[in-house]
Amino acid sequence: MSFIDADKRKFFNEVREKSGQPIDLCYQCQKCASGCIATGFADYYPNEIIRLVQLGQKERVLNSSSIWICSSCEMCGARCPNGINTAEVMDALKEMAIAAGTVQEKNINLFHTTFLNSARTFGRVHEASMMAIYKIKSGDLMSDMDFGMDMFKKGKMPILPHRVKARGKIKNIFNKTAH
Amino acid sequence: MKLSYFPGCSLEATAKEYDMSARAACQGLGIELVELKDWVCCGATSAHSTNHLLSVALPSRNVALAQEAGMDLAIPCSACYSRVKKADYVLRNDDELRQKIEDIVDFKYNDSVNVLSLLEVVSQLGEKAIAEKVQKPLKGLKVVCYYGCLLVRPPQVTHFDNTEHPMSLDKIVKALGAEPIQWSYKTECCGASMSITSKDVVHGMVGRIIDAAKEVEAMAIVTACPLCQSNMEMRQAKGTNLPAFYFTELIGLALGLPAAKKWLNLHLVNPNPLLQSLSLAD
Ligand code: SF4
Ligand code: SF4
Repeated sequence: MSFIDADKRKFFNEVREKSGQPIDLCYQCQKCASGCIATGFADYYPNEIIRLVQLGQKERVLNSSSIWICSSCEMCGARCPNGINTAEVMDALKEMAIAAGTVQEKNINLFHTTFLNSARTFGRVHEASMMAIYKIKSGDLMSDMDFGMDMFKKGKMPILPHRVKARGKIKNIFNKTAH
Repeated sequence: MKLSYFPGCSLEATAKEYDMSARAACQGLGIELVELKDWVCCGATSAHSTNHLLSVALPSRNVALAQEAGMDLAIPCSACYSRVKKADYVLRNDDELRQKIEDIVDFKYNDSVNVLSLLEVVSQLGEKAIAEKVQKPLKGLKVVCYYGCLLVRPPQVTHFDNTEHPMSLDKIVKALGAEPIQWSYKTECCGASMSITSKDVVHGMVGRIIDAAKEVEAMAIVTACPLCQSNMEMRQAKGTNLPAFYFTELIGLALGLPAAKKWLNLHLVNPNPLLQSLSLAD
């Protein structure tokens, strides 16, 4: 692909390499967008994200909500005639947005961090405390209280976490994969 | 048939009834599940959204444990299944990354374990074998089967059923005496990974699926995933009251397992009025 400046080329190459997807092959057929559940709820269609990457539009892409509202359902990749798994591209872009400090959907990222902290601490996610921490940190305290209480009453929110025995091994995995 | 069983974090809590019904249904069908010792969280959406290497390494720990146990691995949660299956795919096909993961997780991959969704395990029994075990056919129960996104995708990784129009769950439900209705939302994603953080978006995503189910006059939705099931029940419009069953619960009911009553009482949308109206529960 040809580029008007080196920075745009650099961004395109980085996304292609990080995602491992042949994004240069996209010819805008929009099969991905036709089946994408996130369209209508986010700022760009998946084919638009791919096009913006091809055009080296780093800021617009890394600041978009689409890369976060993408649910990784893999519909786009399963249907793409050019073998582009856009879900993998979206994941690569999320990692890049975190590194660049341009996360548009802060609560989604906060949820991921809270979830992984729970997995790191116990080896398994403890849903009750994970949810409580997320609610406090996001400030979204009151929503879903009815569901929470219902689940609690039905014994579906055990208070005590299960701790796996090999927690040392799990810590190691987290440490060795840390950015 | 004897397999290792990796329930996953949700089945220890919010999807308790899936765990209980999965174990009981499998026992009833002659499938022996042995819980994977000391299994760990698969990292789910949170790992692959924020750290690719971690998203392969964490589930690889479960592959390592399954290797030690020496049996194929059955996974009831679609999200866990997807993560472990993808990790296994990487370990099998990407030499460079495999070496890295082996070092991080401290094991040697030997390609000896088949990673299967619980739906795949049960469907391998075949309709005839399932139908033969049925004591109380689920007569009159008209349902839509909802596979969700990750059981069938990506096809080159999962190699399971038809990507656009899967039928395995429909066949199981039919073998149980219920009536599966064909519809076009079988593999549409319900957005469960954002259910907590982006409720309005997810209300929209679930709403489309529920509307499609109602359009074909389904009495309930059948799922094979704890995230789909709870998302369907939590994020449907208030007052809809369309129950979502785990397929293992329907197996339990049709096999006449007395414990089924207990599972069905744990739902957020009470399925008992529907079942009572069809004389399938008392
Ligand atoms: S389906 Fe593939 S080729 Fe078509 S627009 Fe989407 S990414 Fe591009
Ligand atoms: S993986 Fe993301 S971009 Fe692709 S169809 Fe699903 S929500 Fe849309």
